[in-house]
Amino acid sequence: MSEWDLAGRVVELVARLGGADAQAEVTVSRGELALTRFANSAIHQNVAESAVEVRLRLHLGGRTATGVGSAVSADGLRALVERVVAATRYTPPDRGWPGLTPPTAMPASARWDAATAEAGPDERAALVRTFVDAAGGLETAGYCRTTYRSVAFANSAGHTAQGRTAEAAMDGIARAGGADGVARHCVDRLADLDGAGLGRHAAAKARAAVDPVELAPGHYPVVLEPAAVADLLQNLAWYGFNGKRYAERQSFAEPGTDQLDPAVTLVDDPLGATGLPFDLEGTPTGALTLVDAGTTLAVAHDRRSAAEQGTTSTGHAAPGSATFGPLPRNLRLVPSGRADAVETVGATTPPSGAVVDADTAALVSRMERGLLVSDLWYTRVLDPKSLVVTGLTRNGLWLVEDGQVTRAVRDLRFTESYPRALAPGGVLEVGRRAVRQPGRFDSVWWEAPSLRLASWNFTGGASG
Amino acid sequence: MTEFDAAEVAVQAALDAGARYADVRVMHRRYESMAARNGEVEALTQDESIGLGVRALVGSSWGFHAVPDVSDAAARDAGRRAARIAAASARVPGPPVDLVPSTPTTASWASPCEVDPLGVSLAAKGDLLVDATRTMVDHGADLTEGLYQVWDTTKWFVSSEGHRIDQHIRECGGGISATSIGDGETQRRSWPSYRGQYGTTGWELVDSLDLTAHAARIAEESRALLTAPLCPAGETDLILGGEQLALQIHESVGHAIELDRILGWEAAFAGTSWLDLDRLGSLRYGSDLMNITIDPTIPGALGSFGYDDEGSPAVRRDAVREGRWVGVLAGRDSAAVAGLDHGGSVRADGWARLPMVRMTNVGLEPGPHTLEEIVAATDEGVLMDINRSWSIDDKRLNFQFGCEVGWEIRNGRRGRMVRNPTYTGIGPQFWRSMDMLSSEIVPWGTPNCGKGQPGQVGHTGHPAAPARFRGVRVGVRA
Repeated sequence: MSEWDLAGRVVELVARLGGADAQAEVTVSRGELALTRFANSAIHQNVAESAVEVRLRLHLGGRTATGVGSAVSADGLRALVERVVAATRYTPPDRGWPGLTPPTAMPASARWDAATAEAGPDERAALVRTFVDAAGGLETAGYCRTTYRSVAFANSAGHTAQGRTAEAAMDGIARAGGADGVARHCVDRLADLDGAGLGRHAAAKARAAVDPVELAPGHYPVVLEPAAVADLLQNLAWYGFNGKRYAERQSFAEPGTDQLDPAVTLVDDPLGATGLPFDLEGTPTGALTLVDAGTTLAVAHDRRSAAEQGTTSTGHAAPGSATFGPLPRNLRLVPSGRADAVETVGATTPPSGAVVDADTAALVSRMERGLLVSDLWYTRVLDPKSLVVTGLTRNGLWLVEDGQVTRAVRDLRFTESYPRALAPGGVLEVGRRAVRQPGRFDSVWWEAPSLRLASWNFTGGASG
Repeated sequence: MTEFDAAEVAVQAALDAGARYADVRVMHRRYESMAARNGEVEALTQDESIGLGVRALVGSSWGFHAVPDVSDAAARDAGRRAARIAAASARVPGPPVDLVPSTPTTASWASPCEVDPLGVSLAAKGDLLVDATRTMVDHGADLTEGLYQVWDTTKWFVSSEGHRIDQHIRECGGGISATSIGDGETQRRSWPSYRGQYGTTGWELVDSLDLTAHAARIAEESRALLTAPLCPAGETDLILGGEQLALQIHESVGHAIELDRILGWEAAFAGTSWLDLDRLGSLRYGSDLMNITIDPTIPGALGSFGYDDEGSPAVRRDAVREGRWVGVLAGRDSAAVAGLDHGGSVRADGWARLPMVRMTNVGLEPGPHTLEEIVAATDEGVLMDINRSWSIDDKRLNFQFGCEVGWEIRNGRRGRMVRNPTYTGIGPQFWRSMDMLSSEIVPWGTPNCGKGQPGQVGHTGHPAAPARFRGVRVGVRA
C-alpha cells in the first residue's frame, strides 16, 4: 500500500473510531537511510535502514494527542488510531489548538534523483575509496550518506499533499601529525559528490595544520570558512528565528529592526534543494527571508506558534516543534556577488596549504592580522536571548598576518554572542561562493560562503 | 513466528549469504512523553515501534541492515542485505576483526519496576505537570515547563554463536523548570536538574521527585537571579553540586574512556580521546579521592541492563582507582583490537541503529564528607549547581561548563547567590585538584547522550556527589 493510501486509510479510521468531530493530521513517511562510515582509512561501520513511520496528531473534544507507529498492517493502523483516540480522552484541554490546514495549493515538488535514492553500498564504498586514496597516505575518517524519503500527508479537513526527496552527503577528515583537516558537502545527486576532491581538500588542510603554536586568547578578527559559518546558522536558526522562542521573548530577533550587518541576508529555503514542499501540518514550504540586508524580517512558525502571534504558519512544523519550537532547517547565508556562483567543493585545481579555495583566499588577503577558522565544535548556548555561545575551533586554525597565513595555531575556546558578532559593522566581507554543509540529520543543511568578521572573542586555549 | 524465530531466520540468512558471524536484535519499544507549559499541557506523544536490526561480519568487514518488519520474509531479506553491505565494506578494508569471547547464554532479564509508568493514568500525569507549572507561574516565573518521558522496551537478541536473550527494560523520569526573562538575558532554575532525573525503574522515581513541592522555590530563584551579581571572575576554589559533577564525569571521563574513541573510530565526528592505551594502568587521571566505576548492575540507574546489545552480561569494573586510569568502556571487537579481554558496554538506540560503545553507569564512589562540611572547610570560593551549558573539546580535555546558579563561599559559609556562573579547565588537571568529596551519592540519569552516525541517543547513569576542586578558573563570559 502506498504512503498516500496509508494516510487516507488512517484518516478514515479516525472518522470511524473518533467520530465526525475528530480532527486528524496524518503523515506517512517511507524511506531508506544508508551511511558508510570510515575511520583509520577503512570502512568500519556500514549501515542501512528501511523505515516507515505513520504519525497521527488528533484533536478531539478540545484535547490533542500525537502517536507514531511503525506497523502498517490493518491491525497496526487500527491500534495506532485507537491508542491516540484514547489518549485524547485523558489529556487536559488544549486551548491553543490552531486547527487544521485547509485544502491548499501546493508548490511543485523539487526534482529528486532516482539514482541517489537507489544507491547501494558499493557506490558509497567507491566514493570512500576515492576520498581515502586522494588523501595521499594520510589517515582519514568520515562518512558517505544517501537518503530517500517518500512522504504523504492527509488531514480530515480534506487537505492532501505528497512529495519525495533524495540527498547525498560526504563528510571527512584527513589527519597529519596530530592535525586534522576537514571537507564536507551536501548535494541532491550522489553523482555530484567528488570524493577525490574532498579527500584532497581535507589532506591539504591537515598538512597545513601541523606544528601549531599557542596563541593568547583575546579578541581577533576572523575569517570563518563555510563549515564554521554553518554553526552560526544552526544556532541562529534554533534560538533566534524559532517562532516559539520569539513568542516567549527568549529570542534576540526583533522583526523590522536593523539587527545585523547590512552584508547579511539569511534565507530559509527548503526547496532550494530536494526538500519536501510541505511540512508536518501540510503547510506549503518555500523560501522565507529571515534577514534582508541586516534587517530582521521574520521568524519561523508552525500553526500553533503562528496562532499565538496572530500570524500565519511559515511551514516549519516538525516532530518536536510543539515543545522545542519551529526551526529553520535549510538556512542559507546569501553570498555577495552573483547569486548563482555556487562552487562544487574540491572540483577545482588541486588545493594546497591552509587556504584551499579562491573565495576564502580573497577574504584572507584583506585581513591584516587575525585567524582563519575552518570549523567550530561542541557549541552550546550560555544564554538563549543574547545567544552567547561557547565552543572550540576544530579541524584547523591559522594565524593570518598581512593577508597571508603564517602559522598553524592550537585550537582555542571562544565565548561569543552570535548576534553581536554579526551586528552592524561586524561583518567586513561575505564570500562569493556558498557551499552546502550537511546537517547531522538528512534533509537539514546549512549553506554559506566564507565570512570575514571584525572580532571574535577567544576566551581560552584548548591545551591549557 | 515469535520474535526469537525472526531473529534466528535473519541470523541464518546472513550466514547463508557469507557472514562468518551475525547477530540480530528484535526490539519493540513504546515511548510516551508529555510536556506542559505555564499550566497547560502542550504536547502528548505516544510512539510504538517494532523492527529488527542485523549485524553481519564478512571477512574483516561489518554490515548492518534494519527493517520495521519481523515477518519471515523481511527477516530473511534483512540478513542477506546486511551481509551484502558487509561485503561492500571490503572495498576499503581494515585490519582483521576478532571478537573477544562471550559465553553463549540463554536468559531473560527485567529491570526493577514498582509502578508501571504506562499504567499511570494520563490524567494523573497531566495533572502533575499542570499543577507544577502553574505554581511556578504563580510565583513569578515568565515561562514554566514540565516534562516526563517513559521508555518501555522489550528486546530479543540472537547471535550465530548461540546467544538467545530477552530483556524488558522500563525507563522513565521527568522534571520542571522556571525561566525569568530580563531585558537582555534569561535566567532559569530547574528541579531536580536541567532536564530532570531519569532511571531504569518505574514511576516511583517521578513520585519521589515531588515536583510540585519545589515549584515555588525555583520560580522565585529564577526571578532573583535576574538581579543577582555576576559570578566573580578569576581562579578560586570550586564546589560542585552532584548533578553538575555527574555531567562533568560524563563529559570528561565517560567519553574519554570509550575505547572506540581511543582507537580513532569516532575521529571525524565525536572525536578521539587524550588517553593512550599504552598508559592504561599507570596514568594519573585525578587525585587519590577519584574512584570511578563502570557499573551497569546498579538497581534503577539509567545505564543499567542485564546484558548489553552484544549479549555480554552486566559486570561492574573499575575505570579509575585512587586516581589511576585502569579501565575502558569496550565492545567485543574494540576490546580485541586493543588486546583487552572484555566488552560489555555496547548498546544501540533502537532496532534501526548499529550497536556501539556506550557509557553504562559511570560514576564516582563516595567520599567521607557532607556538602555542608565541604562548605565549612572552604575559606573562599564558589558553589555551583545544576548544569546550564556544556562544551568540551574533541579529545575530552578542555571543558567549559555553565551552571544555573552559584553562591559565594566566604569563611566557611554560603553567601549571596550569583548569576551566570561558569568554570573552565583541563580534565586531568581538574580531577587532580579534587580534595574533598561528599558521601551524598545520587545516580543521575542522562537520557540525551548523542553519538554516532546516523545519530543515536544514549541513556547513561552517573553516580555523583558534591565535591571541591582547588584553584579553578571561574566567571568566563563573552
